[in-house]
Amino acid sequence: MPESPQTPPALETRNVNKWFGANHANRDVSLAVPKGTIHGVVGENGAGKSTIMSIVYGYLPADSGAILVDGRPVAVRSPRDALAAGIGMVHQHFMLVDPFTVLENVLLGAEGGVTLAAGMARARAELARLARDYGLEVDLDRPVGDLPVGAQQRVEILKALYRGAEILILDEPTGVLTPQEADHLFRILRALREQGKTIVIITHKLREIMELTDNVTVMRRGQVVANLATAGTSREELAELMVGRKVLLRVEKAPARPGAPVLEAAGLCVRDGAGVERVKGVGLTVRAGEIVGIAGVSGNGQSELLEALAGMRPLAGGSVRLRGEELADRPARFTARGLRALGVGHVPEDRQRVGLVTGFEAQECAILGHQGDPAFNGRFLMDRSALFDRCAAEMDAYDIRPRDPRLPAANFSGGNQQKIVLAREIERNPDLLLVGQPTRGVDIGAIEFIHRRLVALRDQGKAILLVSVELDEIRALSDRILVMFDGRLVGELGPEEADERRLGLMMAGVVDAA
Amino acid sequence: MEHAFLVALLLTDATVRVATPLVLAAFAALYSERAGVVDIGLEGKMLAGAFFAAAVASSTGNPWLGLLAAVAASVGLALVHGFACITHKGNQVVSGMAVNILVAGLAPTLAYAWFRQGGQTPLLPGEARLPQIHLPGVEALAGIPVLGPVLGPVYRELIDDANVLVWLTVLLVVATHWVFTRSRFGLRLRAVGENPAAVDTAGLSVTRLRYQAVVVTGVLTGIAGAYLSTAHGAGFVRDMTAGKGYLALAALIFGKWRPWPTLFACLLFASTDAVQVRLQGVPLPVVGVIPVQFIQMLPYVLTVLLLAGFVGRAVAPRAGGIPYVKER
Repeated sequence: MPESPQTPPALETRNVNKWFGANHANRDVSLAVPKGTIHGVVGENGAGKSTIMSIVYGYLPADSGAILVDGRPVAVRSPRDALAAGIGMVHQHFMLVDPFTVLENVLLGAEGGVTLAAGMARARAELARLARDYGLEVDLDRPVGDLPVGAQQRVEILKALYRGAEILILDEPTGVLTPQEADHLFRILRALREQGKTIVIITHKLREIMELTDNVTVMRRGQVVANLATAGTSREELAELMVGRKVLLRVEKAPARPGAPVLEAAGLCVRDGAGVERVKGVGLTVRAGEIVGIAGVSGNGQSELLEALAGMRPLAGGSVRLRGEELADRPARFTARGLRALGVGHVPEDRQRVGLVTGFEAQECAILGHQGDPAFNGRFLMDRSALFDRCAAEMDAYDIRPRDPRLPAANFSGGNQQKIVLAREIERNPDLLLVGQPTRGVDIGAIEFIHRRLVALRDQGKAILLVSVELDEIRALSDRILVMFDGRLVGELGPEEADERRLGLMMAGVVDAA
Repeated sequence: MEHAFLVALLLTDATVRVATPLVLAAFAALYSERAGVVDIGLEGKMLAGAFFAAAVASSTGNPWLGLLAAVAASVGLALVHGFACITHKGNQVVSGMAVNILVAGLAPTLAYAWFRQGGQTPLLPGEARLPQIHLPGVEALAGIPVLGPVLGPVYRELIDDANVLVWLTVLLVVATHWVFTRSRFGLRLRAVGENPAAVDTAGLSVTRLRYQAVVVTGVLTGIAGAYLSTAHGAGFVRDMTAGKGYLALAALIFGKWRPWPTLFACLLFASTDAVQVRLQGVPLPVVGVIPVQFIQMLPYVLTVLLLAGFVGRAVAPRAGGIPYVKER
């Protein structure tokens, strides 16, 4: 998109710097967003892309640098200033008050008077107009907490537009959406662009950048490394710029050579903590030497299924056979501990709460679940040097940084935390590995590494059951894909027949595989 | 029949009198807790209010100056709580407890230093206490045939000669309902107790809103304290709040942090207290006279039972007790 000198960019940052303690989170960040365009900001986790946008929105103060709107410098000291300058933001974690209705949420901070009645009437009329113009329909009188995430996101966009935003910043907007919801969002954003609004979208999903944006800014380690026109670049180039080296976006793997069944489950039922049945009669088989992926929109029972198979949740019914041996009727062995002993590894979905004790040192986290192993224990006390050596060896093998086994797990980045968990589980040489969201919140470089590891494990003849909400990941890794919807498996696809659209429709419960 | 009616009226009247400081304190906590600041220091603030009201009223002879002093002292303590919990993001329970312990010792010490009467203030004469509001027409109403004998006593016992703070409390309840459902301040207050980040990103100051809430709490607990020592009682005695601050907190939880149910809970607790007073030394059928100590336990036993079993799922404000720290 050519920049004419007559029309200054809608939004510009000049040499913005931001420090978090010793961490230089933004280093001379300069970028310009032309008016009426959709602008992508990409980078790995911790590249500083959310930081710079939080500064633009006044949520965080910059240490130095300037922000210009329509060519004029503005002092943005708080979100209030940003809103006054016409900047709105949709945060990654929605900034909504769940028990409030949609209307109350939109009104908060823009009430238009000491009492609410007049402002509510005005907001109702204005929101109806916005909904009509941009396809942003939501029920104004429903509590926000009852709405699906896609609708909650529309509420966030409405909030910004109601406050007169001309520039809309979206931070990782598609992380929680189904492909169909994401398409809906993209239609809304394009409609906004047509009306002359300026959109900035922060993401790490390169496909979205290519599909949606006009220009793209790439950030790495707090710095802008490139400003490009989207039409003149490619996913591969962007990935390389983000990581700083060549990255294989496709996982290279040979066809699977499945062997004997390792896990056979039939008629599995699982209830959640509130007693609601979340898994409703699931049957599946995972063979040695294959990766079976379970796709689904988060919340359709796949988490509960995985936890049940790992022995963390009691079964409400069904049978589970491990290498042909029935386990479901042997509750004493069907526990997290018993299953570990039988050669089941588990990389839980929530590594921070389930996979690690974040206050523990890395070397302690590296033996969680195996702390009773004689290899780490002396007669009375733990053998700290054995712990240290083992963890140091795993850190070398899995390239975990920083290489300090005594550092608390909380001080590692998401990708490195995940590698600690993965190393622990894989190095135990399990016959069956249960993996949940292996790359959630993990940067591209580490994703590549984790994917390669999982494929290598498969090629050693291990069985892997993968649960992920990232369709790209499911498609790249799985030898067979099962789709889960509302507690049931609604279809099975081979990776070559599983295109985005077909998977998306199955995940939404619209069609089955037949 | 006539007698039973009168007893019921007297009990109701006693309930209202006991409930008044409870309602004031519970509604005080309502503001603070709905804004996300847990306040376990109601007891201390009330006690400080009670002491300063009595001390100033005794020294100046003016109960209104006493009320003002009570509010000032209580707001001062509320600001200390706010400074610890909002500005410095300290632990709210610890800070509240500190206020309670501080005042429990400080008030009798100051009373001793000031009046030399063993940690009490002198008995207040009538004109140094907050007045009752005398309404006209008691005699006229009693003269009306048929209705008179029924409405007359109701009017005479319940409504006439109620303390000015009782009326203020009635006003407060209605006003609070309005504030929470209809006003901008209420909307923001509820929001900051549920999701302060949403308030922050909407361009509002979380700190300012929470301080506002805490100050309202201070004002109301101050009034509650003044009621105890200069309206209901006639002077300050050590530990005169006797756990009312905690009882108010229990009423708030029992009322699920909502104005009307909280009012109901306060009235329930107060009525057991009124019944308790009435039952002291009265022989009951079957069991006879119950020792006074057991009767006095009633309100507290009821509190424990209600909170343990009958509350159902009380959904506290989600951000309650959690200091607001910006995410990176």
